[in-house]
Amino acid sequence: MPEVKDTAPQGAGAQPVLRLSGITKRFGGLTANDAISLDLKSGEILALLGENGAGKTTLMSILFGHYVADEGHIEAFGKRLSAGSPKAAIAAGIGMVHQHFTLGENLTVLDNIVLGTEPLLAPRRNTAKARRRIAELAEHFGLSVDPKRLVRDLSVGERQRVEILKALYRGARVLILDEPTAVLAPQEVETLFTTLKTMVAEGLSIIFISHKLNEVMAVADRVAVLRLGKLVGDFPIAETSKEALAEAMVGHAIEMPERKPQPLGPVVLQLAGVTLRNEQGKALLDELHLLLCGREILGIAGVSGNGQGALAALISGLALPDEGAFEILGQPVKETSPLAMQEHGVGRIPEDRHATGVIGDLSVEENLILEAAGSPRFCNLGFLKGGVIRRNAREKIERFDIRGADPTTTTRALSGGNMQKVILARVLSEQPKVILANQPTRGLDVGAAAKVQELLFEARAEGAGILLISEDLEELLQVSDRIAVLYQGRLSTPVAVEEADLKTLGLLMSGHGEFQRQKGAHGHAA
Amino acid sequence: MELLDIFITLGFWGALVRMATPLIFGTLGELICERAGVLNLGIEGIMTMGAMVAWMWVYQGGDLWTAVLVAAACGALFGLLHAVFSVYLGLSQHVTGIGITLLAASLSYFVFRMLLPDVTTPPKIEPFKPFAIPGLSEIPYIGEVLFTQSPLTYLAFILVPIVGYGLYRTPLGLAVRMVGENPMAVEAQGIDVHRLRTCAVMLGSAFMAVGGAFLTISVFDAFYIGMINGRGWICIALVIFASWRPGKALAGALLFAAFEALQIRVQQASSAVIPYQFFLMMPYILSILAMIVMSRRAAYPKALLVPFRKGER
Repeated sequence: MPEVKDTAPQGAGAQPVLRLSGITKRFGGLTANDAISLDLKSGEILALLGENGAGKTTLMSILFGHYVADEGHIEAFGKRLSAGSPKAAIAAGIGMVHQHFTLGENLTVLDNIVLGTEPLLAPRRNTAKARRRIAELAEHFGLSVDPKRLVRDLSVGERQRVEILKALYRGARVLILDEPTAVLAPQEVETLFTTLKTMVAEGLSIIFISHKLNEVMAVADRVAVLRLGKLVGDFPIAETSKEALAEAMVGHAIEMPERKPQPLGPVVLQLAGVTLRNEQGKALLDELHLLLCGREILGIAGVSGNGQGALAALISGLALPDEGAFEILGQPVKETSPLAMQEHGVGRIPEDRHATGVIGDLSVEENLILEAAGSPRFCNLGFLKGGVIRRNAREKIERFDIRGADPTTTTRALSGGNMQKVILARVLSEQPKVILANQPTRGLDVGAAAKVQELLFEARAEGAGILLISEDLEELLQVSDRIAVLYQGRLSTPVAVEEADLKTLGLLMSGHGEFQRQKGAHGHAA
Repeated sequence: MELLDIFITLGFWGALVRMATPLIFGTLGELICERAGVLNLGIEGIMTMGAMVAWMWVYQGGDLWTAVLVAAACGALFGLLHAVFSVYLGLSQHVTGIGITLLAASLSYFVFRMLLPDVTTPPKIEPFKPFAIPGLSEIPYIGEVLFTQSPLTYLAFILVPIVGYGLYRTPLGLAVRMVGENPMAVEAQGIDVHRLRTCAVMLGSAFMAVGGAFLTISVFDAFYIGMINGRGWICIALVIFASWRPGKALAGALLFAAFEALQIRVQQASSAVIPYQFFLMMPYILSILAMIVMSRRAAYPKALLVPFRKGER
């Protein structure tokens, strides 16, 4: 966006709106921020890029007064900001939208926005005035939301708008957004970016925290890259590229694994006219046809909540179709049983690794045998074979590059990426014929995501058919052999990845385009 | 049947309003605590303490209204103790509350016995007299029931709209409601979460103690062991019944008091046929049924029972 930069007041540019000087913060032995100095100019979007744990959120928490820096100081609009006080930050015109919203669910939008803006001991609230001001702001920045509604009835995108309104209502001139797109659907991301651009055009300045390169390239004017607590780069967006940023972020060039064409194997999974309803009778899956062969990765795109959960439940053995045929390796599936699914040769990488993927309080070696604890390999006459289990864990940690773990480490203590490797190690060592990978790289940093993809490719080469459910279109286009879109329980006809393009897929994701007809053919290559 | 006769007697309605009074104090007190995110299971003990302290104050020659204030202050003190454990130290609210109840109740009996070691029949005091509000009390029928009551009963009824106004129409009330929903949001506005919760628990506990005091210096004229008799627990149920709203809390307290007043009269009316224990049980059964119906859609404060520790997220 060169125009934006041109319209930024260059005269005022000499005086940054925000200046961080030599910020250092230590947590015990860990240096989360190491002498970071950073300027924010008026009317710009500065992206703060870095992997999980690089210190982005810590830095912003210091800026907003949640933490006190061990060294260094912050100036806002030329004035020294007193440390450790959110109140001082707000008064200086800094507003923060946290990754996890700080909203009261059973309170109205108005209540949420107004809280703390009136003297606490005032005898009554001036609701009428507040409502007028919110309406003005909402209209000015295109952030429409009804102030009378309860927050619990709002969508995630609407809640984020409330958070932004909260900051604007307090007269914020600098807005910090912590991973704002993590929770949004692609369309909502677009809307958010439009709003952000409106705001900088009005002279506000924005710090946008992210680890997604595409978004940074799309919306930022300037990028600051953090790695292991250090500032390792500060580039204008026009003078950098995705590749350069990725390298700065990780510290070395990342090789994304490449998909090599493979001859298709036999059909391993077949859904024919499958319908699955919830308790209210609503169809979660609506006459779904799907064929999955060995040695292929079928990508399922779509905004979450369009039937992905139901499809995953089906293949995990947590549900049976209400109508239609469901076969694995040519055998019809007749009972609702995760155990039977496992015996059928289905490996499952669940969506929420903390909740259903691992048992956080158990050790790594225990999590590695969870699905095979009863098998004679690890169990004899009802007693676990401690030595074998320990050796198994050592071998898996080595082979799957699970970092920061020895066999007895509590699994909860692992990072997201390493936790995911534990799950993959468990699933892949059973040599599954069908793999359900539900959002396998969500929330992982680039390096870990590359490793996960590499492992999926290995499983594919060994003959497994993989059903990859993801919201990340870029990933799907890179990894899948064929792609289909799930929309309101209906599946689009899968297309080979060479013939797929972002625009058509994006339209399908919002329900525009061809979906499988009632009696329609499978439309599969197979 | 005689049941209808009960409803048209003035005595029934007068008893209803009287029996509702301690429940209104207790329920409002518990409601304030829970709105701030703290379950106060100390209520039963704090009511006992309020009852004992107020009575003792009057017995030792103190004034009735000062006794109410002393009871309130004493309640607030136990509220502070609760808050130190459950808010500042972030300990389990269940365990803290039960502990407070055991401590406050036992301490009440202990102090009572210590100050009056030799009495066998409970000594008596001169309690609040019913106060007839001039004009209003002369309205036929209603006047006698509603406007010839103890001053503390009027106070209870007036507190309902005051608490409602406080929670919904003042910035402080908004902060209290928010701290029970999402303390992070309150902290982000530069308001001290611990102090706010502590104040709410102290105020709520003061209300509870006044509810207890009502029993010893208004309804009865003496203090007995075990006289609170589960009223505190009923208040906790009533808060849920009320979906954490003061208006509905009043309705709930009146409903329960109605069951209770009815129970006594039905018991007297239909002797021998049905065991009297059945009637004793009735208010509780009916409250459970009412709760099942009313609280299915209850939206409880999201941060209830969740301790807040600064810097943790």
